Amino acid sequence: MAKTATQGKRKITINPVTRVEGHGKVTLHLDDAGHIEQARFHIIEFRGFERFVQGRFYWEAPTIVQRLCGICPVSHHLAASKAMDVIVGADKITPTAEKMRRLMHYGQTFQSHAMHFYHLCSPDLLFGFDAPVEKRNVIAVIEAAPETATHAVLMRKYGQEIIKATCGKKVHGTGSIPGGMNKNLSIEERDVFLKDIDTMLEWSVEALNLCKKITLEKKDFLLAFGAFDSNHVGIVREDGCLDLYDGKLRAKAADGAIIFDQVAPADYLDYIAEEVRPWSYMKFPFIRSLGKEKGWYRVGPLARINICDYIDTPIAEKERQEFMALGGGKPINASMAYHWARMIELVHSAEKIKELLNDSDLQGDKLVTSGKRRNRGVAWIEAPRGTLFHHYEVNDRDQITLANLIVSTTNNNEAMNRVVQVVAKQYLEGKEITEGLLNHIEVGIRAYDPCLSCATHALGQMRLHVQLVGADGAVLDEKYRG
Amino acid sequence: MSKDAVTFTIDGVEVKAKPDQTIMEAADAAGIYIPRLCYHKDLLPGGHCRVCTVRVNGRPANACTFPVNSGIVVENDTEELKALRRDIIEMLFVEGNHYCPSCEASGKCELQAMAYRLELLTPQMPYAWPKRELDATHPDVYLDRDRCILCGRCVRASVQLDGKRVFGFENRGAQKRIAVDSATGMGDTDLSAKDRAASICPTGCLTIKRQGYLTPVGKRPYDKVPIGSDIEKKQAAG
Repeated sequence: MAKTATQGKRKITINPVTRVEGHGKVTLHLDDAGHIEQARFHIIEFRGFERFVQGRFYWEAPTIVQRLCGICPVSHHLAASKAMDVIVGADKITPTAEKMRRLMHYGQTFQSHAMHFYHLCSPDLLFGFDAPVEKRNVIAVIEAAPETATHAVLMRKYGQEIIKATCGKKVHGTGSIPGGMNKNLSIEERDVFLKDIDTMLEWSVEALNLCKKITLEKKDFLLAFGAFDSNHVGIVREDGCLDLYDGKLRAKAADGAIIFDQVAPADYLDYIAEEVRPWSYMKFPFIRSLGKEKGWYRVGPLARINICDYIDTPIAEKERQEFMALGGGKPINASMAYHWARMIELVHSAEKIKELLNDSDLQGDKLVTSGKRRNRGVAWIEAPRGTLFHHYEVNDRDQITLANLIVSTTNNNEAMNRVVQVVAKQYLEGKEITEGLLNHIEVGIRAYDPCLSCATHALGQMRLHVQLVGADGAVLDEKYRG
Repeated sequence: MSKDAVTFTIDGVEVKAKPDQTIMEAADAAGIYIPRLCYHKDLLPGGHCRVCTVRVNGRPANACTFPVNSGIVVENDTEELKALRRDIIEMLFVEGNHYCPSCEASGKCELQAMAYRLELLTPQMPYAWPKRELDATHPDVYLDRDRCILCGRCVRASVQLDGKRVFGFENRGAQKRIAVDSATGMGDTDLSAKDRAASICPTGCLTIKRQGYLTPVGKRPYDKVPIGSDIEKKQAAG
């Protein structure tokens, strides 16, 4: 690790942030006395998909835009399909199509949440934020808890197999199309999943219990770590129930007050605006009525559990109540509470998969519907990382003329910058900066499970480069990792 | 086979054919697959793509246009010809803009399927990145020239099967492109989506609108079997 200079201003760069999806970097500016002057989370990739799809045909969008990510392409595949449902006038798709899409989506959420918790975050939670770097990885988890690690791999596999059965391929399939789906679930396919669903549910509860145990054992430390108040945004069903696939937009303030509720997708621009800042490729969305300074918000598992009134699956609902009791029923504003909320959704996804597998609508043969053709389609979905907006305009020749995607990680942009600032002030200020302390910042970012490749799209350098820069701009010390 | 049938060999296998057949027709009937792209059984052969190049008595010839003759020795499935065909497919890939991952023709595209069959892993030649126009003016059919391989199937089908003249070639050499019979685009031609020309394209260039991705992955023509399997099946059955 680089040595700390005792005199002069310094700039510290963490590049890239590791164990997140995609490539980003953190810069910290310290003054002469070692106080944090500025802390920023930069997205160093560039996304071009909003431009790539211009001129392409609307039915291509679900297949093209999902390629902006290899981690959760299903979310983009479904969000684009839902927007194209509006374009083709399919105001209500068939029960078989909707349930197939939901199964795909819960399979996606299940595998994504399991992977995030076990593969990306558990090394921090199990071994400590400043554990030796050779220990803070999934290999060490496999060595320390082989059975848990096996569960992690098999849970991810189960979710990926559901995606394949509904979408055609585990990554970048074509199952969802404008107005519905191109396949149903055969009895044979269903039975394969039914055989293991009880085990998956059991392992999900184990993961939740592990996360809960770790959090409660170090409650004072973890819930204060990188904590800050924020607004929370997500979609809920009309009755306020958590719904990861469809619903209307709701925003709650840090104290639980409703800012807006039941906003329809087509009206999103009346409520959400985006700010561009020159130092990042990623935009900064905010609630229009509150303005740029106060209107930023969190999305994702924590926001979703905070804003919903209840969950319609029994185990997850019981767990939600226990979770919300932490804040006396008011929103939880702790960054590290994301993990707990994510595990509640893991359980919810498993419960939903079980419910769907027992629904004979999945074997129906009415797959596609359409109605009056439109030129504008807006839709959203709750991707594993948060609310994902897709907005398209299509001309009379069926070509896309405009695309605006506000992806989950973009919605969390300001929140991730805040966590960097808060953690830097909490743990780095005035101290000799070690690699372990820098990992604290990454731990804060990881809580949000950012998918930087979704938020932008380009190449990055897979290495860590930390520089100490003197007030005169000279590099005092530097170190590379990877 | 009538008594005036001719007999010849393809890769050492004796084949009987009618005297008016081409090598391609005789091979198909015998269940021997000769790779091809511009050839279509319902059209007169064009001889454009040269993928069906075989050696006849040691000399290169188009199987789709070369007539059978008694005693000729045809080489088809050889490493040399496979490599030459692969080169042609590679050139077709790099001189167009073929984005297979999101293309709606993926899985049923004959160019893609041929690349798989000939084991073209990744192009070694530099991409040309040509700038080509997309014609979306027709209400039911689109022409995405990025995907055009100049096979001329649509040109021939329009004339020979539809009795129209919707398509043609213009310019020469590297500038050669598929053209339509209207300065304002395909929407102002008399093309109908029901025309054979509208659905005879081997790639995703000339495509019926609003049909993309209706067939799930796994059920598309070349998801599980290589191109040419239907012809080879005849031999296996026979």
